[in-house]
Amino acid sequence: MEPTNVKDPEYYHKVVDCQYACPAHTPVPEYIRLIAAGKYTEAYMVNWESNVFPGILGRTCDRPCEPACRRGRLEEEPVAICRLKRVAADNKGDISAFIPGPSSISNGKKIALIGAGPSALTVARDLAPLGYEIHLFDDQDKGGGMMRSQIPSFRLPAEVLDGEVSQILNMGIHTHFKTYVSSLKELLNKKYDAVFIGTGAPKGRDLPDLEGRKIGDKNIHIGIEWLASVAFEHTDSIGEKVIVLGGGNTAMDCCRTSRRLGGKSVKVVVRSPFAEMKASPWEKEDAVHEDIPIIDNHVPLSFVTENGKLVGMNFDKVHPVYDSEGKRKLVSTGESPVFIEADDVLIAIGQENSFPWIERDLGIEFDKWEMPVVDKDTFVSQLPNVFFGGDSALGPKNVITAVAQGHQAAISIDLFCNGKALTERPAPFTNLFSTKMGIHEWSYNNDISNDLRFIVPQASKEETLKDRKKEVELGFNLPTGFKEAQRCLNCDVQTVFTESKCIECDACMDICPTNCITFTANGEEQDLRSRLMVPALNTTQDLLVSSKLATGRVMVKDEDVCLHCGLCAERCPTSAWDMQQFLYKVTKAGNSCH
Amino acid sequence: MTYLRPKFAHPNLPKNKLGFTRKEYEGSLSTLCAGCGHDSISAAIVEACWEMNIEPHKVAKMSGIGCSSKTPAYFLSNSHGFNSVHGRMPSVATGANMANRELVYLGVSGDGDSASIGMGQFVHVIRRNLNMVYIVMNNGCYGLTKGQDSATADVGSKSKSGSINQFEGIDLCGLAIELGATFVAQSFSGDKSQLIPIIQAAISHPGFALINVLSPCVTFNNNVGSTKSYDYVRQHIEATSTVDFVPFMNEIKTDYQNDEVKMVEMHDGSWLRLHKLSQSWNPDDKLSAINALQNSHLNQEILTGILYIDNKSLETHALLGTTEIPLNKLDESTLCPKDGFLEELNSSFR
Repeated sequence: MEPTNVKDPEYYHKVVDCQYACPAHTPVPEYIRLIAAGKYTEAYMVNWESNVFPGILGRTCDRPCEPACRRGRLEEEPVAICRLKRVAADNKGDISAFIPGPSSISNGKKIALIGAGPSALTVARDLAPLGYEIHLFDDQDKGGGMMRSQIPSFRLPAEVLDGEVSQILNMGIHTHFKTYVSSLKELLNKKYDAVFIGTGAPKGRDLPDLEGRKIGDKNIHIGIEWLASVAFEHTDSIGEKVIVLGGGNTAMDCCRTSRRLGGKSVKVVVRSPFAEMKASPWEKEDAVHEDIPIIDNHVPLSFVTENGKLVGMNFDKVHPVYDSEGKRKLVSTGESPVFIEADDVLIAIGQENSFPWIERDLGIEFDKWEMPVVDKDTFVSQLPNVFFGGDSALGPKNVITAVAQGHQAAISIDLFCNGKALTERPAPFTNLFSTKMGIHEWSYNNDISNDLRFIVPQASKEETLKDRKKEVELGFNLPTGFKEAQRCLNCDVQTVFTESKCIECDACMDICPTNCITFTANGEEQDLRSRLMVPALNTTQDLLVSSKLATGRVMVKDEDVCLHCGLCAERCPTSAWDMQQFLYKVTKAGNSCH
Repeated sequence: MTYLRPKFAHPNLPKNKLGFTRKEYEGSLSTLCAGCGHDSISAAIVEACWEMNIEPHKVAKMSGIGCSSKTPAYFLSNSHGFNSVHGRMPSVATGANMANRELVYLGVSGDGDSASIGMGQFVHVIRRNLNMVYIVMNNGCYGLTKGQDSATADVGSKSKSGSINQFEGIDLCGLAIELGATFVAQSFSGDKSQLIPIIQAAISHPGFALINVLSPCVTFNNNVGSTKSYDYVRQHIEATSTVDFVPFMNEIKTDYQNDEVKMVEMHDGSWLRLHKLSQSWNPDDKLSAINALQNSHLNQEILTGILYIDNKSLETHALLGTTEIPLNKLDESTLCPKDGFLEELNSSFR
């Protein structure tokens, strides 16, 4: 193999599994170290800079970082990254001095943001301090978008949401709440320099053709609409017997909210097998914990009504059959339909984009799914001054993806307003420095904790089911937060190898607790992977290959289960190995762009 | 800010026939200098024992005093061990071996421990052909007392402080062959692909097996001008053969038996496959081994590999006709036979 090009920042970035997996590439180990050091404010700011909503995400993120965590390849459970973020958010000090206020400069550019959800708020935050005049439009009376209308208060308290939304709105954003933009053409005529559309995926899927749908309509609700009407306090009760259709996180929020509004017998009924449901495992656990059975492999057949009133639903029992390509088909078991009683049914089977307010003759192209054609790197539409982000750009994902897209759209808007090509995107900010302080002294804690993942305590069920605004998760207390933070392996402290210093004493190879390092003859990647101390079977993880050493061999390190314990560097007599801390930040809109 | 070995291991760590991973053969974390050749030898011992499926509790690690003699703490922590008096490891090993011949005796010594203070013990344990592996971790200096020249330092070798050694160095391998050792090998700590099969062959050998391992002292003897530095050894190394250890191969294909490949059957049924790199040398010919060694001295080469092997070797127990049962397993009736037995014995001398 060719020697690894470690000058490419993406090489070391990929070693930091959590950060690499995060759509916004938040420097996770960096803020976990700050939490361990008790520097909660600093940890919060590292997050805020990157993901804008640390308090909200510390409670509600889909956590793509956690399945990627290296610890999950060494033992069962990854570091509780998400809940550590909450520790930082809950314990931060006064941050007002660090958050920009209204900008004192103006660059004379006016930007309209449509929708006040996570992506538009991110664009606002990135652009307002640069002197842009930001106009934010939303049909609700407060900012937050789906974070307010769809995430129930028992998962995300209103004060946390309000706090982080107002941090942005206080940057001198011109808000136009309770204003529904009914025509993009009209807005474009108002001479904005650029328009950003972050209107989410506002339309919940329905089952319009199912028998009894129209007759039972009074007691059949679309999940996200119903959650919004609960959030805005238009709805405060539901029947005792509730069926929730669907297996995603919205379904979990619907069933748990139902339990708090009077639902005594709430059941989730889902087509797919339990293990294949879209909901996050922890959300399923929380639902089951609140006495909500999840009935899988049941496909809705009809709504059953009596005297014009809904009394329940019929389901067809199925079982999954997989073809040779692993594609699933649900096949009826042939048993007679299963009847489940219900006073109310909530349909939470997915959501769709909807752009009735965008005229089709403006030059914005729509594809066959009625989705706007958007560049997936620059987020610009076919109209050079109209940008998309969040669920409305590339389909429904999650908050952290919306934030990441918001950052990129902000860069594009900044480039566009400065007359630059959108493809001239700024390089990431990177830094690499040695952590060596002396003999056995490193500036990071290389003592590998053997603790298993700590469980986040919850308030008692009796208490939380009575009050839909009472937060269920209590968050880690500080001592437990510290111990959980110590589980982090500091994967951003990179093992940096300098060929010219190596005397090939093999000390690193002998000491490595996870046998990552091998000195051997070079070869093709597949061959090399098979000849290591322990064969490197996980091909998603890279090999660090040195150039040719004095004896003709090469040093090969399998990044897969490196503990970043630094023992290779400890045992290296010539400091050919060094532990160097790597910082990678996605560059935001601003001076470096132009 | 710690110097502890983490408990985590690679999840796919291979297991040997006993179901053990290499972890079960490791010792505590080394306190030797970073980059010490001795640590590589420890790692080679771990690998050799793991590959040979040796039960760790069937090994006795014996050592004297010195950097080398500290190493038994850093490998096979589940084995028996005796860290003895300076230069006196051979006597202690002899005693232990006489008491229980069922263990693998792994003696670890250094150039000071063997070639200076323990020279008398060293030559006598060879004479007796005690069944043990005797590894000399040879760095040509006294690392534990700040690097003075040892008795194996070559004439003309320069120390870190710049002084030139005036005295003739002792060639432990030549001496051992001279004294009748039946397994003599030389290797380099930086070449595990050679060292590991040599250790395995030495463990299989029924009798005294000497492995003189050049093991650079990174702190005091890795300077330019030293003949025991990593660079010097790598530049001057000359192997007699490549070594493969083939455990318990029942059948040998004839095409192995050509001029380049020498097959040596070990006592326990395993085989050594030596790919000869020198035509004039033959591992079972003592004279050719002595010649090869002397030639290498003349050419300023460091000859490595298995230099001499006599697989018909008779070890001390065989020579003395001692009991095969370990002493701790002999019961009273065996040790104190009835009166009639003495009568019988006495009459046999009349």
